Amino acid sequence: MSDVPPRPADVAEILRVEGGRALASLVRTLGDLQLAEDALHDAVVTALERWPRDGVPRTPAAWLTVVARNRARDRLRRESHRSDKEEAAMRLLEPDDGPERPPSESMIDDDVLRLIFTCCHPALAPETRVALSLRTLCGLTTEEIARAFLVTDTTMAQRLVRAKKKIAVAAIPYRVPADHELPDRMPAVLNVIYTVFSEGHTASAGDKLVRVDLCDEAIRLARVLWALLPDEADVMGLLALLLLTDARRATRVDAHGDLVLLADQDRAQWDQARIAEGAALATHALRRSVGHAGPYVLQAGIAATHATAPSFAATDWAQIEAFYAMLEAVTPTPVVALNHAVAVAEVHGPQAGLALVDTISGLDQYHLWHATRADLLRRLDRRDEAADAYQRALALDLSGPERRFLLARLATLTAPG
Amino acid sequence: MPIYAALIYGEDADWSDPAYAEQTSEYAAFGEAAAAVLRGGAALQPTHTATTIAVAGGRGGDMVTADGPFAETKEVLGGFYLIEAADLDEAIAWSAQIPGAWHGKIEVRPVLPM
Repeated sequence: MSDVPPRPADVAEILRVEGGRALASLVRTLGDLQLAEDALHDAVVTALERWPRDGVPRTPAAWLTVVARNRARDRLRRESHRSDKEEAAMRLLEPDDGPERPPSESMIDDDVLRLIFTCCHPALAPETRVALSLRTLCGLTTEEIARAFLVTDTTMAQRLVRAKKKIAVAAIPYRVPADHELPDRMPAVLNVIYTVFSEGHTASAGDKLVRVDLCDEAIRLARVLWALLPDEADVMGLLALLLLTDARRATRVDAHGDLVLLADQDRAQWDQARIAEGAALATHALRRSVGHAGPYVLQAGIAATHATAPSFAATDWAQIEAFYAMLEAVTPTPVVALNHAVAVAEVHGPQAGLALVDTISGLDQYHLWHATRADLLRRLDRRDEAADAYQRALALDLSGPERRFLLARLATLTAPG
Repeated sequence: MPIYAALIYGEDADWSDPAYAEQTSEYAAFGEAAAAVLRGGAALQPTHTATTIAVAGGRGGDMVTADGPFAETKEVLGGFYLIEAADLDEAIAWSAQIPGAWHGKIEVRPVLPM
């Protein structure tokens, strides 16, 4: 126990983070996510009474686990009718080897990794994996998650209850996949973390504060995963990508909430500590996966090249073009092809870029395809065609800042001179 | 250990037709490979042999009989296995070896314990 009484806000934050770890440990002992959540809730109530008075225990997750196990035992004893599953949990809770020992920190870490793979199991719907991870691994409340994803509390509560029921009834296992299964299972885990981050990063609607928290939660989850799987290049790449993207958070929109292009962002305001950490991780991940780099590693490489460039003009576009070419080989989507074409335009000129852009099909309804064509045509001084392309982009569904930006560009074309 | 129903959906086939000899031998091979975990199963006759019945107006009401399957769909339930497995991952791994997984699709559902 520490000597100085902790501040209530600190207690709340420690409980949220360490509560997630304790939950993972409880799922293993109790064999059921709902039972584990109920038991943890009881332990958190006790902690809220005691910690502000007595100080925070040295190993909070282990403390919560032991208290929650005792509460679960009391709960189960009180109930005369028990399901088979609860009988089984009861037996697990009766220690044969004397007084109960708290779990070690490394045991809890292993449990966290198991729970990550359970929450991100491919048998759950992608949006459910995200919600369940935020609930169990990040300790967000159902209401917070509902607000973040712009659905009602009831809808989100139902989604979570259903997911927990499916995990229990269909016996979705609570284990770390074997090495040979990892390539199949890892993408779902990485995708959940990436989705949490992009929800926080790109959303223009909803509660700003919660949204920003999602970015922090995604980075925290990526750090946890990397600490548990330090040799996985894709995990390293994802963490690097999130850090490098987040480092530019403050400069992405201006005081009016308008989008600021990379070329116009104030690089002095970028978070240099995050960039240094992210760039080092990206380099490491790229070295580890030469010849077979995954999409997150390659995107981290691109983000690192941008973030470490002294100015937009001094960006190493040849390097970025090379990364996009590799990314296009791994994930051949029209949007990646478009980004590749933009890089080609920077290296070999707008004519070469435009030639590539015009070979991409399927992006008729994507405003950035029209906006990119418009920009390249403008740079080639083909003003009428450029104006036409801006009009096509503006005819599509756009956010306010994007619309204002394109209108401003269109105005420069029609202005005299 | 939980039991899972592996429901096999695919073309509306008459498995006794010699045209399906190759698929039936694939199924025979699966049956042997999975013998230790199989707790039951059946191949179904094509849907043109199906009769759908309902009792209208609650128990004891009038029975309504109709020719054909419950729902007319392109892919139909052609058979099923009952698989005993430690968890969903194991059930999925076995189900992926059922020939219907590459000729059609397999729906894996846990069976309610009685």
